[in-house]
Amino acid sequence: MESISNPQINVTKVSKAYKKLLVLQDVSFDAYPGEALALWGANGAGKTTLLKAILGLIDVKGQILVDGCDVRRQGKLARSYIGYVPQEFVFYDMRANETMEFYARLKRIGEARIPLLLEQLGLAGHAEKAVSALSGGLRQRLALAVALLADPPILVLDEPMANLDTRLRREYLGLLLGLRKQGKTILFASHRFEEVSYLANRALVLEIGQPAQMLSIAALRERCLPELELILWVADDNRPAALSCLLSEGFDAHMNGRGTVVVRVPEGRKMQPLQRLQACQIPVLDFDLEEVQIWN
Amino acid sequence: MELRPLWTIARRELREALHNKWLWFFAVGLAGLGLALSQAGLAAAGYAGLGGFGRTAASLVNALLLFVPLIGLIVGAGAVAGDRERGALLYLLAQPVSRAEVFFGKALGAALAVIAALGLGFGFAGLGLAFSGDTNATAYLSMGGSVLLLALACLGLGFVISTITRKASTASGAALITWLILVFFGDLGIVGATLSLRPTPAALLGMLLANPLQAFKLSAIYNLRSALDILGPVGQYAVYRFDAALPLILLGLLLAWIVMTFGIAFVLFNRKGDL
Repeated sequence: MESISNPQINVTKVSKAYKKLLVLQDVSFDAYPGEALALWGANGAGKTTLLKAILGLIDVKGQILVDGCDVRRQGKLARSYIGYVPQEFVFYDMRANETMEFYARLKRIGEARIPLLLEQLGLAGHAEKAVSALSGGLRQRLALAVALLADPPILVLDEPMANLDTRLRREYLGLLLGLRKQGKTILFASHRFEEVSYLANRALVLEIGQPAQMLSIAALRERCLPELELILWVADDNRPAALSCLLSEGFDAHMNGRGTVVVRVPEGRKMQPLQRLQACQIPVLDFDLEEVQIWN
Repeated sequence: MELRPLWTIARRELREALHNKWLWFFAVGLAGLGLALSQAGLAAAGYAGLGGFGRTAASLVNALLLFVPLIGLIVGAGAVAGDRERGALLYLLAQPVSRAEVFFGKALGAALAVIAALGLGFGFAGLGLAFSGDTNATAYLSMGGSVLLLALACLGLGFVISTITRKASTASGAALITWLILVFFGDLGIVGATLSLRPTPAALLGMLLANPLQAFKLSAIYNLRSALDILGPVGQYAVYRFDAALPLILLGLLLAWIVMTFGIAFVLFNRKGDL
């Protein structure tokens, strides 16, 4: 992909500090047509700052080109190639169709695409409703519709699914995947691995005070996939034996306040504590799994 | 800078400002006050040497000195800070528009809203004066022009406040404090400076004109009777020193306030700090 087309987004040695806090440090990457690039990192790692820099809204060191336009000198032109979706759609006191008309005028395009987009994104039945009366999921769809008004080649999304429930998140991811397949370049911030693995081709890992790292999704999975806590229910009189059985095999295990045995294991090893207890002839009455998120 | 996005933003800003109940409260209050003043006559409370229309209009000037800066400051203070606080400014600037288009669109929309509210209030007050019989349409319209300039100067000051504050509530509070300073503490400061420093009339005139409200007051009173002797030696000095050019100088000062405040606000808005 990289060899046959020019990058839609070219970021070169971008740094940004707020007073003495260095938020971005020499970040460089390219994003190509049809590619979805995830910005991965904890809160405060600089994801939103980088997106603002790409939109030309803050001054940074280094250079950012959007479709060949320098965002510092040609910010308005660069933004005409970008559809932006914020974490939460900020609306004015208008109806859904009026909102679309307002942004269509700002983007200097005709209003012919409005009914089409409302239909495509399942908003046709809500066009006359006040935006304040729409659910969170519908508002985020409206934000995507606004972003797609000018049919831009690039979509920039700042944790667009953070406030959606699981079902709505899956629907939204489906919409974005469809857009990626149409050839749009998607740059999105997320801290949910399921979103990144579903949509992204690559991930830029951001960590405060550390250089950014570009990883494949497989490498990100290996590095950042949640560890699991395996919570085991065993009979009261078997608990000390269960704990020593696991510890002797090198497992990271402890007893919690509820009297259950807790073992922290990597994703791919969750059967091993159970097999070990079986070998020690300690019956497990029940078990539960909890994710332990790690960032880097 | 393109006019289409600027006008699009101005229309939206106007629409939002016209939904502001406070704006209409001010407009209705101003209209009510104007009507009441025109009916009451205020023979004893007016300025010496002014008769009929002049007395009522002079009383109206004092009411305008309270109302008009408050309208301008409150509307201006809410224009940028509110949008910044809820993230609407970031979203607007993320569209293919320039900062100048956003700023001047907002300023134009807010100015139109203030003009609409003042037009209503001042218009009804004028009708009241007209029905009371003794009218001077030219003087009243001249005063209307000065009122408009004062409102825009205070709107610009409100925009300055709005661009340097991050929360709408902080901006509103700062606007109220600014209003208090301009309306009350400004006068008290002049009195204090006069007593302690004993300035010359020229210096005192300079101090007075540093406050746009005083420039408006001088302009409005001069329009009513082409003299400022009721303001004492300072007024007499102003007429003696500038003669027929005085009204133009006072209007120029108000215009300078508008250009300066909106200019400063734009420079502050144009900085690419964190949104």
